[in-house]
Parts: sequence; structure tokens; C-alpha cells
Amino acid sequence: MSGIVSFFDSLVQFTADNSDRLLRLFGEHIVLAIETLVIALPIAIVLGIAISYNERAATVVLWIASVLLTIPSIAFFGMLVPILGIGTPPVIVALVAYSQLPVIRNTYLGVTGVDPAAVEAGTGLGMTRFERLWRVRLPVALPVVMAGVRNAVVLLVGLAAIGAFIGGPGLGFFIFYGINQGNTAMIVVATVAVSVLALAFDYLFAVTERGLRLRNGEDLEPTYTTRLFDAIRTQFQ
Amino acid sequence: MIQFDNVHKQYSDGTQAVNGLSFEVEEGTTTVLVGPSGCGKTTTMQLVNRLEEPTEGTVYYDGTDIQELPATELRRQIGYVIQDIGLFDHMTIAENVATVPELKGWDDDRTDERVDELLDLMGLPPEEYRESYPGELSGGQQQRVGVARALAAGPDVMLMDEPFGALDPITRENLQDEFLDIQEEIETTIIFVTHDINEALKMGDKIAMMNDGELVQYDTPAAMLEAPATKFVEDFIGPDRTLKQLRVLQVSEIMRTEVPDEHRDVVDAFDPADTVMADGGELIPVTPTDSAQVALSRCIQAGVRALPVVEDATVIGVVTEEDIRGYHADEIEATSE
Repeated sequence: MSGIVSFFDSLVQFTADNSDRLLRLFGEHIVLAIETLVIALPIAIVLGIAISYNERAATVVLWIASVLLTIPSIAFFGMLVPILGIGTPPVIVALVAYSQLPVIRNTYLGVTGVDPAAVEAGTGLGMTRFERLWRVRLPVALPVVMAGVRNAVVLLVGLAAIGAFIGGPGLGFFIFYGINQGNTAMIVVATVAVSVLALAFDYLFAVTERGLRLRNGEDLEPTYTTRLFDAIRTQFQ
Repeated sequence: MIQFDNVHKQYSDGTQAVNGLSFEVEEGTTTVLVGPSGCGKTTTMQLVNRLEEPTEGTVYYDGTDIQELPATELRRQIGYVIQDIGLFDHMTIAENVATVPELKGWDDDRTDERVDELLDLMGLPPEEYRESYPGELSGGQQQRVGVARALAAGPDVMLMDEPFGALDPITRENLQDEFLDIQEEIETTIIFVTHDINEALKMGDKIAMMNDGELVQYDTPAAMLEAPATKFVEDFIGPDRTLKQLRVLQVSEIMRTEVPDEHRDVVDAFDPADTVMADGGELIPVTPTDSAQVALSRCIQAGVRALPVVEDATVIGVVTEEDIRGYHADEIEATSE
């Protein structure tokens, strides 16, 4: 019993002693995730839309994206070092690659899953291909895309920690340093911080997804958070 | 308005959907394309808004070869209603109806006004339905929105592909009746596709009956019932052709304004406040726009040989069973001559 208590003590002690470094690394981790998303999302969404017009391309692209996801992360980071050096660039490239599959797949499923009757009506009423995409397919697909973004972001926040292996930014530094130093408290605190961050991102996008579904007229049981979200939104209107 | 000139359509898999079609849809009329599944009626309709392109022959829109008209521009001039309705579920009812005005770049005030006007016309009070989503509406209400959306930009032509086919019989009947009223107001040229001969007889000014991609007969409902061009048309109409004839015959065409003495009793029995006859049978009068079939049915129901014809709560004449039978006898004579 006293062992557990002293272990918790050591965690609190470590957090208190290193709060400024922890915060800095936490901040780096967030920035890294956002940078990755800013690059990854446009690529994945455009690809997801593009392959919705060609079934064969869809098979190939989704297959490549799945294969990318099977590469062990340490190996992937390692392979990028000779090309991009160490530090942030190779980490971002690898994370962008890893986040493609969920977003491409969901974008593709979202835009192809639109009721064919709605698409036919859109065409018959004189929408161009772009207007059908912009006014019908994409708005309907957006909540599905957002679900893919949630998957991707949880994945990439976790994998970003491994990026410290090649000198990337973020909380992974404490994990690898803790392993080297045999400092369990350091490892545990950094790991918990990574999990909290992943859950926070997941929650943020879950709320966005719900908001989009409600905006699309889907019949959802409102949660307290979405009520708050709606209340804030109406305040700004 | 719409003219088909020797139009053929063959799909890439070799199916000949339309085979040498030539006929003209007159402006301001409702033309019903009717026939069994796979007869090419939907393809024919889709040739008009270029959802399908002919492999041979020409379709003219107001005298212009439609191949020379840009497809999206053409489609925005043509209302389109389909059986599966195809409302945009993520948009409100108002946004759905505003689709074509928005594509055409109308200003917001004009669009809003038009949306309210159409929702009113379709019996969906705007204040109640504007902000609703399609998922909250019944099938019948959704198709009303579908029709409103197609009418939004005041199209010259409406294409309706089995628009009421997926609705329950009562809703279908109501929507047919309402649409007939609306059609008189809007004076749009309508091409209406159905496989239901009763719907065709009810909705059409002209009926184009198709089979195997060919036009079998193009006539008014009355003329088609009177003289089916082929055995196929006769079979498609069914064994109760004479009763169907009575359905397209309006009371106004056979009523007598001079009430014969022998039928004085039914007229006297009519009391705007009470429709029960002295002998206990229920007597429901007919209006001039009711069909002869309704009149005959009510004669049989009430056990009488004539019914008062009532308009605005006044008797304007009588329709007799004898005249209904006689109308048909005249025709038999006319055909045998």
C-alpha cells in the first residue's frame, strides 16, 4: 500500500518539479498535431473526393493508405531521417501519411453515401458537378469526414510521441528520456499527458461532428455540451 | 413545345430503350407517357432535360434542337420531380424549395417570397414548415416539397417521373387532385410518366402509350378509350374500358339543364342543408366536374335513376342514368357507322 502511495507521490513530485518543461512539451505536442492536421486534411479530403469519381482509383488509393498504416512507426521515422534529417520535418511527414487512411476513407464513404435520389434531383434541377459536390455531397458527408478526423487525430497524437526518437518535438521526449534514465515517473506522467491530449482532441472533434449532424437536420438527442455549443453559437449570430 | 423527331436511344449495353419516336407535346398541356416497365417512358422523359442523349434523331425545345442548349441552363428551365423525391435532407424545407432560384442567382427577398408562395400553394403553411427538415415530414408532405422545389423558378416545362408512385393510395389520390388544381393555375407544359393507366387517364390531356420503345398510340384519354389503336392498348386499358370511359366523361357534358318531369322528384328532394331522400336512401348530388362514373355510382347507391347537378348550392340540372347509358350507345353507333 505504501508502495503505491509513494509511487503517486513521485508522480506528483515530478509534475510539480517539471511543470514548466511539461507545459512546454505539451504545447509542442499540440502545435505538432495541428501542423499535421493543417497539411493532412486538405490532402486527404481532396483525395477522398477525387476517388469518389473513379472506383478503380478508389481501390488503389485506399489500399496504399492502408499499407502506409501498417509500417511500424519507428521504422517509418527512421527511413525518413536520411531524406529529411532529424527533428520536426520527418515527424510531420510520417504523421501526415498515417492520418491519411481514416480521413480519405471517411470522405470517400461520406460523399459516395449520399442518397442517389438527391443526387439525381440535383442533376435534374440543373446543378453542375461542382454545385452538386458543394451543395449536396459535401455538406452531407461532413459529419462522416469529421468522424474520420477524430480517428486520425487520436492516432497521430499517440504516434507523435514516437517522433521524439528522431528528435521530434512534444511529450515523447520525456518518454524516451525516462526510459534511458530509468525514471518511471517521467514516463508515466508524459504518457498520461499524451492520453489526455488525445482524448481532448477526440472530444473536440466529436462535438464538432455532432454540431454538423444537428445542422444537417439529423435527429440527435442533444447533450449538455451541444446545448452549450448551440447556446454559444446563437450568441454570436 | 417539345417535339420528338425520329428519336432513337440505345444504351451502351445494347438495349434499345427508345425506337423511332416522333410526336409533339403541346404547350400548356399535360402529356402522360404510360406503358409497362421497360417500355422506354422514363428514358423518353429524360431525353427532354438531357439526362439522356439520343443516339439518333432530334428533340426540339420550343423549336430549338436541345443539343444546342447548354444542359444545366436547360435543366433550370425545366422542373423535375422523381418518384424517390430526392429532397436534400441536410437542408431545411425553405432551402430545398429555393434550390433553383439560388442556382439562378435570384436575390434573397425574391426567393423568400417565392418559397412562401409555393409552400402556401402546396398546402404547407410556411410559418410552420420553412425551417423544418425533410426527415420530419411524411412521404406525402415530402413530395409536396418536391413539387414546390420543381416549380420554384417558374419553369416552362415540368417533368414528373411517377411522382406519386411511392405514396399510399389515399395520399396519392389527394395529391393527384391537388395537382390537377395547381396545374390549371400554372399553365405549365407537363410531361408525366406513370405505369398506372388510371393515373394516366386522370392526369393527362394527352396520353402517349408506349411499348418496347415505340409509341403505340398518342391521343386524348377519351379518344384512346373509345378507339384503342391496337390489341396492346386495349389490354393495357383493361377489361373495364367502358367504365373507364365514364370516368373521363364529365357530368357537364351529359347533364340536362331542362329537368324532365319524371326526374322532378330528385331535384325537389335536394335540399342544400340535407342530402337524405324521402325514401331513406342517401342521395348525394354531383357537381358538373364530377365524372359520369361517380354519377352512376351514386345513382346505384341511392337507388334512383337521376341525380341533381349542383353548383354553389343550387341545382343547375340533372344527370340521368339513361343519358349515361345513352352516351355510350351513341358511341357504339358512331363507331359502327
